[in-house]
Amino acid sequence: MTFRDDVKYQESHEWALKDDNLVIVGISDYAQDSLGDVVYVELPDVGDVKKKGDSFGVVESVKAASDVYMPVSGEIIEINADLDDNPSNVNDSPFDSGWLIKIKPSDPSELDSLMSAQEYKTYTEGLEE
Amino acid sequence: MSSYRFDSPIPPLLYEISRPGRRGVLLPESDVPDTPLPDNLVRSDADELRLPEVSEQDVVRHFTKLSHANMSIDTNFYPLGSCTMKYNPKINEAVASHPGFASQHPLGREEDTQGALAVMYRLQHMLAEISGFSAVSLQPAAGAQGELTGILMIRAYHESRGDTKRTKILVPDSAHGTNPATVTMAGYQTVEIPSNNRGTVDLDALRAACGDDVAGLMITNPNTAGLFEEDIVAIVDAVHGCGGLVYGDGANFNAILGIVRPGDLGVDVMHFNLHKTFSTPHGGGGPGAGPVGAAPVLAPFLPGPIVTRGGTDDGDYRFTMPENTIGRLKSFHGNFGMLLRAYAYIMMHGADGLRAISDNAVLNANYLRVLTERAFPVKFKRTCMHEFISVGSVYDGVSTMDVAKRLLDYGFHAPTVYFPLIVKDALMIEPTESENRETLETFADALQAVADEAQNNPDLLHDAPHTTPLRRLDEVSAVRNLVLRYQR
Repeated sequence: MTFRDDVKYQESHEWALKDDNLVIVGISDYAQDSLGDVVYVELPDVGDVKKKGDSFGVVESVKAASDVYMPVSGEIIEINADLDDNPSNVNDSPFDSGWLIKIKPSDPSELDSLMSAQEYKTYTEGLEE
Repeated sequence: MSSYRFDSPIPPLLYEISRPGRRGVLLPESDVPDTPLPDNLVRSDADELRLPEVSEQDVVRHFTKLSHANMSIDTNFYPLGSCTMKYNPKINEAVASHPGFASQHPLGREEDTQGALAVMYRLQHMLAEISGFSAVSLQPAAGAQGELTGILMIRAYHESRGDTKRTKILVPDSAHGTNPATVTMAGYQTVEIPSNNRGTVDLDALRAACGDDVAGLMITNPNTAGLFEEDIVAIVDAVHGCGGLVYGDGANFNAILGIVRPGDLGVDVMHFNLHKTFSTPHGGGGPGAGPVGAAPVLAPFLPGPIVTRGGTDDGDYRFTMPENTIGRLKSFHGNFGMLLRAYAYIMMHGADGLRAISDNAVLNANYLRVLTERAFPVKFKRTCMHEFISVGSVYDGVSTMDVAKRLLDYGFHAPTVYFPLIVKDALMIEPTESENRETLETFADALQAVADEAQNNPDLLHDAPHTTPLRRLDEVSAVRNLVLRYQR
């Protein structure tokens, strides 16, 4: 299980990485492992504006369909359209080719409220009990 | 030279054995002049139907072989949690195939179909009596349509009062996925209410979510963890207190027949799964039926037509649209064949028998829970209702899916897996009342054997099933590369 430590996490298992003036978002290794084989990813339209905590899409596996939530407020600048044909990238490479969206944050300070890798790891251990 | 095998348990597709000109039925020569269709209605060669051409014997063998490859409630114990896979009594079929019913035309006049209308009228009243509601519509075709009906009725109620500020429906996180889907279909937004560590609704979280933007709550009781929502009265009060209405999901009604009536608990509208609680065929075995019952506040909004009696209590049966009806949900009169079967089932049991159904469904579930908890730990260690949830992933390197597949080798249908979502790696087990003690004990022995194998020979589970007509299917590829129709 990988807890990449240069990204921030939220309780609904998305990670967020600050990349210049954008924020890249995906789901954690823990999340993809719990979901199992991802078969379909539904993403928002580029240009959509959403608030922190809003659902921006759905990750569907053979076990379950789970909403994914905005870790920060802002405009959707880019989506990972490659996931249409290769949803398994979310499993194989959740932090790299399995990324979901890029956001132009309206309030970058919202990132500060997210968990560090260590905090998130402790949080997931609590879920296993 | 034939390319298909006669020794395979899975028959070739009818398309594959099709031969031009082969027939199962020979129609007589036409004795009237041909009347050609207009050119624009005639198929071109390019979009020709290409239906399989086979003999009657080909068809009989094909479907008989398929039925042999199937697991069904008529052949195997089927503890598929949340689905109430009880025995479907054959007397239901005898009643439904009675020519007086089977030969009726749905467009028949009311005065010529009084017998069929009488059955519908009585079934409406029996379901209302069993559930504590004031009126029932038999229209909805299955559970999910019943849910949609209920939420559309709640919406119509608020709109009839000019109350348009309500945009949200509360749904516990243990709910069936159809609940939030229903909310979306009805034009509302879902607010998820968390469960507490006892597996039931977190009352404080629910109260905090109540407000004047809440149109209602969808609640399943007992819930999908097989637990009775003990705070149900406080839950209903909280929702009513903020002006919302309560939708009861009747999926698990089999646990409480004759014991508690949702209408008495303050639930405003609920659907019944006739194909679960009232023993009509399930899944591929036939269409469902999802009648909806309503308290007085929502009864005028029921979909119609419903059956009433003209003028007096002994007047003619007739179809009537409720006063503020949301309209029709289905053509004609619901899945009428299922209504007949449910009517037969209720009449065969009577009030005492219905109570005994739930008593035994709960007893069977608890007996099995205790018998199996050493093999696979039970998530919520307390008395359950009609089903319980075990954790399937307690042995290293063995998944819940591996356990489920291995059970097929022991001659048991697998339990529901990975649901509800509030329990990681769930095995959801619902024996129903129609299984005897020996079956339950044999199933418990099988689960123990699988647990032993998981520790001593896990590859046996990884490669399971071994004895079924087809080995483990590649569900991931099947979903990623959907093929929905025959491709040459």
